[in-house]
Amino acid sequence: MSKKHISLIGVNHKSTPLEVREKIALTGGYEEALNRLRDEQAHEFYLLSTCNRVELIWVTEDTAKTTPNMLRFLFGEAVAPEKWDSYSYVYHNQEAVNHLFKVAASLDSLVVGEAQILGQIKEAYRYASQFGCTGPLLNKLLHKSFSVAKRVRSETGIGSAAVSISSAAVELARKIFGNLGDKKVLLIGAGEMAELAAEHLLGQGAESITVANRTLSRAVDLAHRFNGRACSLEELDEQIETVDIIVSSTGSSELIIRSDDVRPLMRVRRNRPLFFIDIAVPRDLDPELNEIENVFLYDIDDLSQVVEMNRSEREKEAVKAERIVEEETLKFTKWQDGLTITPTISALRKKADTISSSEVSKTLAKMDLSESDRQKVEKLAHAITAKMLHDPLRFLKSESCRKGDDSKIDMVRTVFGLENDDADS
Amino acid sequence: MTQETFVQEINYLLFIAVLTVTLLSCAAYLVFFLSQKNHIRRWARFLLIGSWILQSGYIVTRYITVGNTPITTYHEAVFFFAWATTSAYLSFRWRYTVKNFGTFVSMLILGLLFGSAVASREIIPLEPALQSLWLPVHAGISLVAYGFLGLAFCGGLMYLLQERELKSKRLGYFFSRLPSLDSLDQLNSHCLAVGFAFLTLGMVTGIFWSKQAWGTYWRWNPKEACTLIIWCIYLIQIHQRFTVGWRGRRAALMIVGGFSLVMITLWLVIT
Repeated sequence: MSKKHISLIGVNHKSTPLEVREKIALTGGYEEALNRLRDEQAHEFYLLSTCNRVELIWVTEDTAKTTPNMLRFLFGEAVAPEKWDSYSYVYHNQEAVNHLFKVAASLDSLVVGEAQILGQIKEAYRYASQFGCTGPLLNKLLHKSFSVAKRVRSETGIGSAAVSISSAAVELARKIFGNLGDKKVLLIGAGEMAELAAEHLLGQGAESITVANRTLSRAVDLAHRFNGRACSLEELDEQIETVDIIVSSTGSSELIIRSDDVRPLMRVRRNRPLFFIDIAVPRDLDPELNEIENVFLYDIDDLSQVVEMNRSEREKEAVKAERIVEEETLKFTKWQDGLTITPTISALRKKADTISSSEVSKTLAKMDLSESDRQKVEKLAHAITAKMLHDPLRFLKSESCRKGDDSKIDMVRTVFGLENDDADS
Repeated sequence: MTQETFVQEINYLLFIAVLTVTLLSCAAYLVFFLSQKNHIRRWARFLLIGSWILQSGYIVTRYITVGNTPITTYHEAVFFFAWATTSAYLSFRWRYTVKNFGTFVSMLILGLLFGSAVASREIIPLEPALQSLWLPVHAGISLVAYGFLGLAFCGGLMYLLQERELKSKRLGYFFSRLPSLDSLDQLNSHCLAVGFAFLTLGMVTGIFWSKQAWGTYWRWNPKEACTLIIWCIYLIQIHQRFTVGWRGRRAALMIVGGFSLVMITLWLVIT
């Protein structure tokens, strides 16, 4: 039997432009996609699709053969094959585990520390396990990723960053507008963080929300969620004339709104104040907007300055979180490495030998025996452990385990407590 | 003690009382500004109302002593100005609440009262030529206008402070203590509208008074020129606000600038 590998391919907001991500994001829901994946030669698989990433994890014995197939599945007809490599990332084994843990802990998010991603992973996993796509390895891996995310959240201050940023945005809006009751919000793009801010503003009584997006259908979906209206990016100028608060978070590498576009609109607005919140990285909004009278522009860094969480503080927390992820990755790889027959057999033998020899030496120390009696006692102890281990070892070496059913090996390891180093799993 | 010296004595005591109570009120407002404890603000407000009653008493006793409406000397005019500001603030406070507005206004009132305290309290009999009903009406209305413009000035200053913190993104001391830009802007707009109405009325009555006292409607002396400039500044601002919606920093700057001119004119009027 050859070793099973965990592989991961994916695209995210860093690797791939929004237009491409939009094309490959799941449209037909998880069920259909997971069913299509059954044709690929993977023992276990799982698929995650959010607005900022699409990721695919599978377990296989032959990574070289399956990876191109998975890439084809991911990109389909939407992207020319020669661009696949530049848009996506591919990780195997320890790297793949590390990446999944990072994603779950929200270290790879657009806004580090936002909490939505964990829920999205849980949902994706629910589909995968419901349709029988996951097995012992991925079950363990994903459950582990949930607990890693929880650990990062409770042991570092990284989670408070995202929430306090959107409440800072609300606080600023209130200092500019006083009452938010009759204020209109425009959401450009659909980031996890921007949605959080929009939700906060609505919670504070903002009158209405309009969602603008490059693809109108996505804007319509999101607007539906907020009970608002949708518009296209071409209508931005008209929108700026009427709205009061603009939250922007597109994946665009260029500026969406320039100060020269807004300046003439201020006259139409009769100089009513405008509050721009730029959550995108790189920025969507021209920094010079802040120079216009009655216009206030805050980008993500300004907002985090407002919550008095300076950059170095946030980085310190991120370093702490990365350390936790590394630690958990090592634990998991160790567990996975043990999940083959040979290491399990030697671990079982080692454990039995350690127990018997330590008990023997404890007893012998209290007795006054001759050298030959001593040897007899040692032989006895050895014989008992060997006989005790005979059946478990035969079970491990049997055909049914050799076929690669990791769950049996896992069971033996659990029964004999061979995972002391991984006590919390 | 004759009745006249008795009233003068009362008048003097009232003046001292006004200064003391206003000083206490201003101090209480400052403590409130620093500590943000609501019961202190209530005390500050009671003291300010007390100060207003004492100020009114002072003006009445001064009227009895002088024999005409006491707004002709520097001391009297500035005192009346302080009274008008206090009245405007209290009437305003009755309708709106603007966070920590009282701190700024009480400082302005205290400043004006000190201004009147350093001036000579000597009674100067009015020239017979100037004795007319138009004089107290004109001066009174103009000073009430200044009172409202004084409130707008305080609001403008607060706006500029708050706006600077928001624009520079260094949210410091004032950010949490000052109200929202929108409420300050509304306050400015309201005070400006009322103040401008009184200012216009004051100018019209001034023209009639000038005709009566000097036989000509307009004499182009520095005081009249200054008043006209002030009136024009406020007119432009109001016009712009209603037509293209001028507001915010520019409006606040003009209000602060306009009021500074008011202070200069006031000084010119008296000397």
